[in-house]
Amino acid sequence: MWNWEFAMSVLPKLLSVIHITIITTILAFFLALILGLLLALGRRTRLKPLAWAVALATEFIRSTPLLIQLYFLYFALPVYGIHFSALTIGVLGLGIHYSTYLSEVYRSGIEAVSKGQWEAATALNFSRWKTWTKIILPQAIRPITPVLGNYLIVMFKETPLLSTITVVEMMATAKMIGAASFRYVEAFTIVGLLFLLLSYPSALLVRRLEARISLK
Amino acid sequence: MNMPLATKEEATPAAGRLTPVVRYQNISKSFGDLQILDGINLDIAPGEKVAVIGPSGSGKTTLARLLMTLEEPTSGTIEVDGELLWHKRVKGKLVRANEKHLHRIRGNIGMVFQHFNLFPHLTILRNCTEAPIHVLGMPKEEARERAVEMLRKVGLEDKKEAYPSQLSGGQKQRVAIARALVMRPKVMLFDEPTSALDPELVGEVLAVIKEIAREGDMAMLLITHEMEFASEVADRVVFTDGGKIVEQGPPDQIFGDPQSPRLQSFLTRFRTKR
Amino acid sequence: MNTDAGAGFLAPLMSGAGMTAQIFAYSAVLTIVIAFLAGFGRMSKYAPIRIATAVYVEFFRGTSLMIQLFWLFFALPLLGLELTPLAAGLVALAFNYGAYGSEIVRSSIQAVPKGQVEAAIALNMTPFQRMKKIVLPQAVAMMLPAFGNLLIELLKGTSLVSLITLADLTFKGMLLRTFDISSTPQILGLVLIMYFVMAAVLTLGVRLLEKLVTAGRA
Repeated sequence: MWNWEFAMSVLPKLLSVIHITIITTILAFFLALILGLLLALGRRTRLKPLAWAVALATEFIRSTPLLIQLYFLYFALPVYGIHFSALTIGVLGLGIHYSTYLSEVYRSGIEAVSKGQWEAATALNFSRWKTWTKIILPQAIRPITPVLGNYLIVMFKETPLLSTITVVEMMATAKMIGAASFRYVEAFTIVGLLFLLLSYPSALLVRRLEARISLK
Repeated sequence: MNMPLATKEEATPAAGRLTPVVRYQNISKSFGDLQILDGINLDIAPGEKVAVIGPSGSGKTTLARLLMTLEEPTSGTIEVDGELLWHKRVKGKLVRANEKHLHRIRGNIGMVFQHFNLFPHLTILRNCTEAPIHVLGMPKEEARERAVEMLRKVGLEDKKEAYPSQLSGGQKQRVAIARALVMRPKVMLFDEPTSALDPELVGEVLAVIKEIAREGDMAMLLITHEMEFASEVADRVVFTDGGKIVEQGPPDQIFGDPQSPRLQSFLTRFRTKR
Repeated sequence: MNTDAGAGFLAPLMSGAGMTAQIFAYSAVLTIVIAFLAGFGRMSKYAPIRIATAVYVEFFRGTSLMIQLFWLFFALPLLGLELTPLAAGLVALAFNYGAYGSEIVRSSIQAVPKGQVEAAIALNMTPFQRMKKIVLPQAVAMMLPAFGNLLIELLKGTSLVSLITLADLTFKGMLLRTFDISSTPQILGLVLIMYFVMAAVLTLGVRLLEKLVTAGRA
């Protein structure tokens, strides 16, 4: 049964690693933001073979489980003599996996910019680089910010998977507490509630952002 | 600078006098099976104001879009200030020019669009300074001064901190004109600049264009449905139909004494519609 | 890749893939059932039902699948309810993806134009007839692409059941590599490709279904 005293005794331990969860999420999210944009642009390149390769890679990564991708990075890379820390692998795996989702988001944002904007940029003789950075991307990214925010939350909720490759975040700590005491209820419940406590208000915030942007 | 404008008595004023600022040579354009332009030859002299009229679908907008490099011609060549626009001559043969070449030649041309195409994420002022700063490499302060000057010219200096969505259609189009002027092109293209406007807003935009035309040294290619405006502003009016230039000449002649039956029926239809 | 070794890996991996396919099939059916129940629950005219389903949906969407799975498998027995690994896996998968699915159901039904319901009322249909004959057929067509994506997510999610001792494709792959550590890249590469193939088949299936459902419609 639920034991309050035990629950209170494990709470500090779980809270002491919450920053690992949060930092991992943020680093992976930034990686996904950058890589996702590159993938979205890669699919639009005029070099058709490159565009197809990017499309296939995106599709492959998106439709296979993150868990195995993490295993692959963690267990298979060392066979080739490549060694990274578990945390680095976790950030890479999570970031790469979700970059494929974000590339779709970017794509929808870019496609929503009207043709006239491209034409005006040409008429004003903007270079390709300036057209992207000054005209197209600022317009493409604004309406998709709530969706990007949603993916930040989704990625946050995926971090427990990193416990499978020995990243000591909240889930791994809960598992250790459970294994040592045979009391799983308190630790797992608290971890679940902590995730809910962080993700639900964030989700509400994103919904408000969405409402504000759609008003404009 | 006051170019010796082609005299209005001549039917083709640019003939042989100066290097034309724009020269279309045997230009054709097709979209799939649909032929839009069919062997167009047209010269525009420096400073000359040419209005293009004709029924919709006659290819007049495409004429401007080819010059702005928004569409590529199917065949034929375009020269800007004596240089090929879409092509380069390599060992006597014409080859498709690269983006670098297009970028250089394009600097001579400006365009005002039917649907304005202002940048919605930038203020009015930044709509006008973004290109001078990032394309011409102009110092920010200078770009700002020039933009303000042009906005004053179109009567919208007080709107410089507003965003496009806060302006009326007529105001947007005036900003678009200022934005193009800041770049100081040798040729300015106006692609049906008042077609997307409510009738009561047309006047203010036409007045601004007339004012710019009066100032002189910039050549203009005006694609328009406004016949009165065309006759007031243009040195020469070109009538296109079915992808060809059917008739051209000074406004008095085109509107007062049309020769070809197609132009006659076009003008009749146009007048009865009014 | 050494083809002999590849073939040697393939047999055990195929048996794991069979298990994955089974778990996917069961949980997909359960997911869709729960999605519809909760989707309708959130539109119920009874406030307690609306609130209860909203709490369920937000709770399962606000935490993560792995936590739910571990809670059901490790914690629940201590509270007196012991589930088999398969039952725990199916329940976690179905309740998690069902929560997401309920939003698809709800938004699709609400996206059917109001005029359709009004026309049905004008024809004096009962509320049940309106839903069954008019609203649902249109809503289902809208749901399919989103459900297709959700089922891909579910397929990927099934890999987590390997963590609670179920011998699915992921489990078999990880077991296999312990016998031949140096072949880890090949084994895990093969596992990924097998998931990819399953996902591709699923995508094609959903597209086919979309064509069938929307056949003859504008």
